[in-house]
Amino acid sequence: MSLLDLQRDMRAWLTREDGAAAIRLGGEDAAPGLHIHRNNFRASLAACLEESFTRTRDWIGHDAFAHAVAAHVERVPPSSWTLDAYPRDFPATLSLLYPGDPEVAELARIDLALAEAFVGPDAAPLAAAALREVDWDQAVLQLTPTLDLFDLTTNAPAIWSALADGIEPPAVALLPEAGAILIWRQGEAAQFRAIDQMEKQALLAARVGVPFADLCAGLVDVLGEEDGIARAGGMLGRWIADGLIVDVFDSVDGARRRPNSC
Amino acid sequence: MIAPFAGFGLGLRKPHYPEFLETRVAVDFVEVISENFMIEGGRPRRILREVRERYPVALHGVSMSLGSADGLDGAYLARLRALVDEIDPLFVSDHLSWSRIDGFNSHDLLPLPYTREALDLVTANVDRAQEALGRAILVENPSTYIDLAPADMTEWRFLDALCARTGCGLLLDVNNVFVSASNHGFDPIAYLDGVPHDRVRQIHLAGHSQGSELLIDTHDQPVPDPVWHLYAHLLPRLGPVATMIERDDAIPPLHELLAELDLARRIARETARATA
Repeated sequence: MSLLDLQRDMRAWLTREDGAAAIRLGGEDAAPGLHIHRNNFRASLAACLEESFTRTRDWIGHDAFAHAVAAHVERVPPSSWTLDAYPRDFPATLSLLYPGDPEVAELARIDLALAEAFVGPDAAPLAAAALREVDWDQAVLQLTPTLDLFDLTTNAPAIWSALADGIEPPAVALLPEAGAILIWRQGEAAQFRAIDQMEKQALLAARVGVPFADLCAGLVDVLGEEDGIARAGGMLGRWIADGLIVDVFDSVDGARRRPNSC
Repeated sequence: MIAPFAGFGLGLRKPHYPEFLETRVAVDFVEVISENFMIEGGRPRRILREVRERYPVALHGVSMSLGSADGLDGAYLARLRALVDEIDPLFVSDHLSWSRIDGFNSHDLLPLPYTREALDLVTANVDRAQEALGRAILVENPSTYIDLAPADMTEWRFLDALCARTGCGLLLDVNNVFVSASNHGFDPIAYLDGVPHDRVRQIHLAGHSQGSELLIDTHDQPVPDPVWHLYAHLLPRLGPVATMIERDDAIPPLHELLAELDLARRIARETARATA
């Protein structure tokens, strides 16, 4: 048997317990060793998911979580060199397993996004003082690279927070209108904040380089001049306080518009 | 060329981060799992940088998959190279095993048959890794649980040939020799006498567990007496060599691992006196 065929047989046995593959690998003599490797394979994936989805596990319970892990290992073979990549499809598995309980997959997405933000790229936020000289008519914001945004249909953030605090979580509630969540890392701590669709759209636009003045204009179109400008100012203040802004560029010439930049 | 280094170290594990960062731990180096730090940023990378300012660091990988029949993962090598360039490690090592095939990754150290075909393939993969990393690597002997016969050579002859062909060094895990010898019924002394001693740059000492039929390399126990005896047998053949205790599970307080490391130091001193 060629080395390639041997490795394909071993892979087949690990994922499907392929009996014919086991015989080619040594049959009865190989069985104890193959079982050790199958156990290692499944245990490492289970440990990875358990570590990554603590609050989701707390919410659905250990037995249900173990069932979900087994289903995921069957559904999604690991492909990356890093185990950090394996959790990425787990929320989709939970959506399939819990089609009537959308908070389960949403909790998993929060767990996952927090874990990814924790080891995401470093970027120091701009201090408020560095923003005083910015010409906001020309400013393009550069947001922290750990920023993640996604839609919500439930009160999953409140459930997640209660579970993290070890208090009784609230009952599941569907949001009256589509919501969203913002997840990022501030310093070394991953954070999240529930936001509305208006703030989500503004962040998405800012992330792709839409000038801040255009964001304001869009809000004015929707809310009127006074409320639109107030909302834009409120968002900007919160983004600064949250450490979301890591740089500011001029929309005309691309130059940095903050003091002490290199 | 691998810089000769002799000292005593520990695997750096999360429960011990504060002691390594806030005190001067009595080790000559630490070893970290490369993949845990092949990330973009955040607290783990900051901690590694700070540890590196205080101790020499060895990078020990588990995902290079040197035995993959379809070759190495270029993205993995690029990410590891970036870490190597930042950390300037004492050693870069991985295992004589495979974990990836056809885009599937088992995240386990799977065994190779010790055939001429496998030797040619692992030689090519080690050559590629060393070129990508810009340095020689160390290859570690694995614990194995399946005898993938027919083989053309023993594991130690395979390693000898691999070192000769590629210029790589050896990370000799004495516990793995003991586990594999027990599982497959070969003489661990013959193994230790048969490896190319001039290529051994680092030694791992660890513990194992008894499974239902086989010994399992669990790294969750203190180094057992038979492994210490093998270490004492090996040392006079090597001379001073970097030695470390490797514990990955059921991690005890740091002082317990340091006591084990002191035992390694004592054996090394006694060996040096006996051979002087």
